[in-house]
Amino acid sequence: MTEKCLNRRQLLAGSTVVLGTLAAPAILRAQSSPILLGHLTPRTGFLGPMGEYAVMAAELAVEQINAEGGVLGRQIELIKEDSINPQTATSKAERMIERDQVAAILGEISSASAQTIGQVTNRLDRIFINTGANSDFLRGEGCQRTMFHTEAQNVMYVNAEGQYFLEQGLVKGKKWYMLSADYAFGHDLRKGALAFTEREGAEVVGDDLVPTDAADFSSYLLSIRAANPDLVVLNLAGTQQSSFFKQFGEFGFDYTLGGFDYNTILAWAAGVDNFRGTWPCVWTHQVQTDGSQQFATQFTEKYGKPPENQAYSDFVAMKIIAKAIAEVGGTKTEDLVTYFESEEAEFDILKSRPGRFDPATHQLLQEVYAVTAVKPSEAKNEWDIFTTSGPLPAAEKPLTELTKGSVGGECTFG
Amino acid sequence: MLTVMLFLSQLLNGLLDGFYYLLIALGLSMIFSLGGIVNLAHGAFFAIGAYAAFVLTPYIGFFGALIMGPLLVAALGMLVERGLFTRFYRIDPIYSLLLTFGLAMIIEQALRWYFGASPKAYSMPDILRGQVFVADFIYSRYRIFLIGVAVAAVGALWLLLNRTAFGRIVRAGIQNPEILGTLGISLRPYLSAVAAIAIGLAGLAGVLLAPLYPVHPSMGAEVVTAAFVVVVIGGLGSFWGVVWSALLVGVVKGTMIGLGLSSYSMLAIYLLMFVVLLLRPRGLMGERITRFE
Repeated sequence: MTEKCLNRRQLLAGSTVVLGTLAAPAILRAQSSPILLGHLTPRTGFLGPMGEYAVMAAELAVEQINAEGGVLGRQIELIKEDSINPQTATSKAERMIERDQVAAILGEISSASAQTIGQVTNRLDRIFINTGANSDFLRGEGCQRTMFHTEAQNVMYVNAEGQYFLEQGLVKGKKWYMLSADYAFGHDLRKGALAFTEREGAEVVGDDLVPTDAADFSSYLLSIRAANPDLVVLNLAGTQQSSFFKQFGEFGFDYTLGGFDYNTILAWAAGVDNFRGTWPCVWTHQVQTDGSQQFATQFTEKYGKPPENQAYSDFVAMKIIAKAIAEVGGTKTEDLVTYFESEEAEFDILKSRPGRFDPATHQLLQEVYAVTAVKPSEAKNEWDIFTTSGPLPAAEKPLTELTKGSVGGECTFG
Repeated sequence: MLTVMLFLSQLLNGLLDGFYYLLIALGLSMIFSLGGIVNLAHGAFFAIGAYAAFVLTPYIGFFGALIMGPLLVAALGMLVERGLFTRFYRIDPIYSLLLTFGLAMIIEQALRWYFGASPKAYSMPDILRGQVFVADFIYSRYRIFLIGVAVAAVGALWLLLNRTAFGRIVRAGIQNPEILGTLGISLRPYLSAVAAIAIGLAGLAGVLLAPLYPVHPSMGAEVVTAAFVVVVIGGLGSFWGVVWSALLVGVVKGTMIGLGLSSYSMLAIYLLMFVVLLLRPRGLMGERITRFE
């Protein structure tokens, strides 16, 4: 009887086969399991209506990505939560990362909540793509190494709209009455707007901070009438914009109206009878590029209404993170940050020019647009109650023109 | 001179604001006084009133909606009273608090599910747009109309409660429902009627404010807090307590704005409530209701 002993090499090879066999289901599972992404945005409260569009667009984007085979052969699965306020946003972001193990978090509209989510994701080493918070502070002193922004920042809107005001002769020596939302976003935007008036020589005859729970603007309208300004500038957020439009129309004032922040959904809510003025916007369904028109059509087919600016930002953010994961071959945060900051990371953002992140602030450099209300008799339907300009800045100017003069301080990623 | 005029305008504007609070606060006070139910869903009925205006106006116009909207909300209020409130009159008020909190959530989510989260465009009729000038004072024509409707509704309610047999029974029921029972009078139909009137008033406020505020599912939550403050300051069970409190809250708000302290206007109202509760725990004109003591 011949005894056959295993030598070390055979033992090692055998063990590898056994271990490989045992581990195979786990490896296969890891490769075929979905990539989890967190979507955290306000779905109730004064920003809730915009949050609903954000969710719809994120779902559409994921549906399209998955229909095309997913990313790296894996499907994307969204975990969606209502961020409500900064405290809740913080705990939900922690839970998404520590319990659900999401690869990245996208969303948010409130600058205050975006700041806390950015701190959590940075501490727990995850990517956060802010799709709706405008504050310059988030791109300045409050910046985070793992936080990126597809929403345009306040200074981009101030520069774009300021250019329009200058062209209309509404700045030099003119009287401005300003209303700003009394929280991080409004403070930041007000600061930028005041810097603009000082730089360009406008006179500020009224400068009110409006509490976020204020819905009645009659007292402000009386103050505006007493000041008799050449221009009423709104730096309001959420449903307050609609309230103001409605009550401005109610009093029958004909002051020129404009501002440095705008949300299409709130113009629609005010209705063609009440909406007026010219406003800066990151995107509208009227942007005339093939990509934008295709997105608008797909969204309208799925939800029965056209998308607005918040939907655009979340749709694009979802496509960007999917492309980035595919490019770096995984979800490792450091690899994704390096990729986003690199020169080769250019994204089709459905506009004339591709977008890329500014490595110094992590702001997506992109075109914006000016939206102008039409007369009620000229509105084609309940959605087209405004016209959309061509891209700003004009093609011959660099996209960095819009980010000059930020009031958010210096970003050090410290 | 301009500053004095502006201050007076803001003061008067605040006083007029009190009328909006009044429509909602009166209903809240009535339901609590008679049935002991703190109706946290009152704001949700306000939102239903606004949506009723949005749905009805294309068919029957704004003025038609102004009549039909509150009636439909009142009918809904009666159903809610019969189906839900009636089971909670005689048990610990904490259960009715939980019930109405849940009801508010259900109504808000139902509105969101059916109409979507986006605010609905709703405008006032052109005839009510514009300003009314009285010397140097200006005010919106629509708000003057709104105040007229509110005064008429509150006046009619006062007459109903103080000059009719219905009102006498309701007032007796607030103080001592057992005595009514010994007289062979069932309070039940009166409870239903009071709930319908109170909730109908919230519906009326919803229709009236729909042209001024965005019509969206959580709009009720934005007004109900101020209404609760009015009821607490005015005192439960007192019709005039709620009326004076609503006007006082409006004046405080207007004064703060007139002084250029608009950011602190709500803080001033909460401080007022705090002081009133310290000095007069039953509110400014709150009646002693034996069964709540």
